[in-house]
This record gives sequence, C-alpha cells and structure tokens, in this order.
Amino acid sequence: MVRFENVSMVYPGGDQRAIDDMSFTIEDGEFVFLVGPSGSGKTSIIKLITGEVEANAGELWVNGFDLRHIRRGKIPAMRRTIGVIFQDFRLIEDKTIYDNVAFAMHVVGATNKDIRRRVPYVLDLVGLSGREKRYPREISGGEQQRVAVARAIVNSPQLLIADEPTGNLDPARSLELMLLMDRINEMGTTVLVVTHEKELVNSFSKRVVAIEDGQVISDGMDGYYSYEIE
Amino acid sequence: MKSSKIGYLINEGFKSILTHGFMSFATVTIVIACLVIMGSFSLIAVNISAMLDELEASNEVVAYVEETLPEDEARALQDDVEYISNVSTAQFVTREEAMEEFAAQYDDDTLFQDVEASVFRDRYVIYLEDISLMAQTKADLEGIPGIAKVNAYLEVAEGFVTVRNVVSAVSLILVVVLVVVSIFIMANTIKLATYSRREEIAIMKMVGASNWFIRFPFVVEGLVLGLLGGALGFLLEWGIYDVVTNRIMTGLMGNLISVIPFASFSTAVLAVYLGVGVVVGAFGSSIAIRNYLRV
Repeated sequence: MVRFENVSMVYPGGDQRAIDDMSFTIEDGEFVFLVGPSGSGKTSIIKLITGEVEANAGELWVNGFDLRHIRRGKIPAMRRTIGVIFQDFRLIEDKTIYDNVAFAMHVVGATNKDIRRRVPYVLDLVGLSGREKRYPREISGGEQQRVAVARAIVNSPQLLIADEPTGNLDPARSLELMLLMDRINEMGTTVLVVTHEKELVNSFSKRVVAIEDGQVISDGMDGYYSYEIE
Repeated sequence: MKSSKIGYLINEGFKSILTHGFMSFATVTIVIACLVIMGSFSLIAVNISAMLDELEASNEVVAYVEETLPEDEARALQDDVEYISNVSTAQFVTREEAMEEFAAQYDDDTLFQDVEASVFRDRYVIYLEDISLMAQTKADLEGIPGIAKVNAYLEVAEGFVTVRNVVSAVSLILVVVLVVVSIFIMANTIKLATYSRREEIAIMKMVGASNWFIRFPFVVEGLVLGLLGGALGFLLEWGIYDVVTNRIMTGLMGNLISVIPFASFSTAVLAVYLGVGVVVGAFGSSIAIRNYLRV
C-alpha cells in the first residue's frame, strides 16, 4: 500500500515544490496508471516511493514503512518490497539474462536452491524461457524489458512500479508488456504504471491518477485518460 | 551471514575481474608501475646508505699513548678508552707492531732496518659508532691521562655527514613525492574503473542491496588486483635489480662500490609491495565507490 498525505517535496537547492501538498492512496492489489505531462512530478513520486529523495512535509507510507521517519539503514529492506522497471530497462550488460534476474534474489539472501527454482519460473512467466544464457545486447528491446520485469517480480514484491515502461517499445510490444503487467496484478501484486501513452491507458479499464504541477488534478476509476498532453 | 552469500559475493568479485578485463589490466599495470618506481628509488637510497656506512666504518681514529708509559700501563688504558660511549672498538697496537705495519707499506725491507721501534708510540686504533660526533670523541680521548695525542680526520668525517644528510633528504623527498604521485594515480585509476560501474551500483541499490553487499565484491576485486600488482611488481623489481646490479658489479664500477644482494631484503620488499597492494586495492575501491552508494 502507498499512502501520500499532504506530501510536499522540494529538491535540494531548488525553490519550487516538485510535489505540492499531494494526497492519494493506492490500496493493496490495485492497478493504477499515473499520468501527466513532463515535469508534472511523476518521476518525483517514484523517487519518493523508492526512498531516493525525502519528503519535506506530510505523511508518506509505503508497504508499512513510514518513509518520513525511516532510518537510512532500513531503506534497502523497504526497497525489497518494491519492484521497479524503467524506460531504459537498466540491465547489467555483462551479466546473462539469468544472472540479471538471479542477482536480485542474491541481494535478499535467497538460497541457491530457491534461486535455481524461482528464476526459471519467472523467466517462463515473462516468456523468456530458453534465453537464459543470452546477454542483454543479444536480445530485442521488448525482451530486455521483460527481463527487467522478471527481475522486478522475482522476489514477489508487494508493489511493482513501472516508469514509462513502454517508452522504448513499439505499440505491439507495449501492449504485450501491459498485458503482462495486468497478469502480474491479477496474481496479487499492486501495480503502478507511470506513462503518458494515452491510447494504451484507455485500452485498459483501470484507475487513472492525473497530476500536474505536483498536484493531483483527477483521480478516476473509469479508466479514461481524460488528461490532454500538450 | 550465510556462507553461500559470502561465497556468491567473493565469486562476483572474481568474475568482475574477468568481465572488466581491460580495467583490471590497467589497474594492475598502474599498481606495478607505481610500486617499481617507488621501490627502485627506495632500494637505491638503501644501497647508498649502506655504502656510506661502510665508508664511515673504515674511518679510524688513532690515539697515541704517552712515550714514557711502559707497555703494561699503556695496555691498561684500554678500559678508559672503551668507556667512552661513542667508541665502537679499540684495538691496542704496540710500537713494534706499528713499526712492522709502517715498514710493510714499503717494498724495500732494508730501508727501515736500523730504525728502532722506540721512535714509534704505543697506540689505540679506534672505530667510532657515529662519526658525526668525532670532534667530541677526540676531545674525550685527549682527556684520558696517558693519552698524548689523538689523530682524527675531522674534515673527512664532516664531509661524510654532509653527504649522508643530503642523500637522506633527497631520497626522502623523492620517495615522498613518488608515494603521493602513485597514490594519486592509483586512486584515479580505481575511480575510473568504478565510474563505469556506477550504473550497475545504481541498479543494485534499486533492487534493495545493502551498501556492504555492493561494496564486498568491489573490495574482493580490489584486493585481488592489488595483491596481483604487488606480487608482479615484486618479481619485476627483483629482475630489474638483479640485471642492474650485475651490470654494476661486472662493469668498471664493480671495484669501487658494493651493492646489497636482493635476497637480503627480498622478504621486506615483498611484504611492503603486497601490503601496499592490499591497502590500495581494498581501501581504494571501497572509498572510490562510496560516492555512488549515496542513492
């Protein structure tokens, strides 16, 4: 669960509020699109949730962690409850597909036995069986993004965040990826997708939170991306 | 901490050496180059210092006993002479021995046939602990009742002290400068090596890796590369030292100067090289990635 309560945030050295008195809640098991133009605060919201930046005011809870009062040493534990995927995939170039996913399990101290069982299962789930020994540069963009998804979900996180996940994919691959995210959501993981691809959002009947200038300007369950991007 | 996790992290460190082959090669090469340059200067300084020690040790002081003292009383002065703290060894030489020694310097034996030993004086041939205190020791010797005169080459001693001071200062400055330059170069190499890995570190942080989990493989990697650089640097130093000293010993200067064989300080050199390698590798990589951990 993610809960923003009157959260404000100013970047160090900045004078404008990147997030301005923002409040919204994402319940466990929800699938939410977060939409808005560039510079509206989408990335800031992700950075706040993952603990990369700190809020200056308000209450902020993520998966039971009070991020306004969390000790720095607890941040890795908090991050392990979240899986994140990015527009640029962010895979480790000199690790194989298998190792890119497996190392996320090593991070949380999983046993080798669990890793050998779980990684092939997750790679199969994202449709990458048989690609284990390839390196990121040897597979397509769509496949790389699915590796990123596999890495994000391999530790069964409570929350999956996708930051413009389809930015580097063609429409067909984008739709495939969204269907995959939907499936992951059906398996119980909360999913938050940050995007500005209107058609993609509108082809799913999901909750859409629109933001602008660091504030929530609409929050609807009708799955309609009413916000117009300039 | 589970041993399998430690095993994984150590393994990651080793793997990374191979996957970042060029950076590993560059790091080891820089470590070797810095160590050999620093080490060579230090070894030259050690050799010069040993040579000066040898020359200093051959610089003797002669204390002549009063002519009127009979030999047994002259011999009795030994304790007084050795009581002076700067005296390393004092050897009593009788007039007869002194005459023989003097005569031996000349080829013509008949030259001194008629000379009486009594024209010579009993004497002590004295070697000092520290030739820079020669003037004081000379005065102390002259203060002993029964000692008539002390011959000491004060100017030569002062010359040695000056040379030693200059050599010590120059080699100290050179070694310090080289150490500073080497640390700077090695730190930058490691920084460069880790810079290309900042993305990898960011990904690890994002997945929820703790700082030590990220740092551990880097430290293993740095440690191994540092040790490798230290060991290879040691072997290279050994080779260079042997080649250079052989040239010197078989060349024209071989009669004039003597060099310390490498074997006599090889353990110390190896210890220092490996030590520097470990410290630079482990701490260097640990410090270099610190900036990327603050996410």
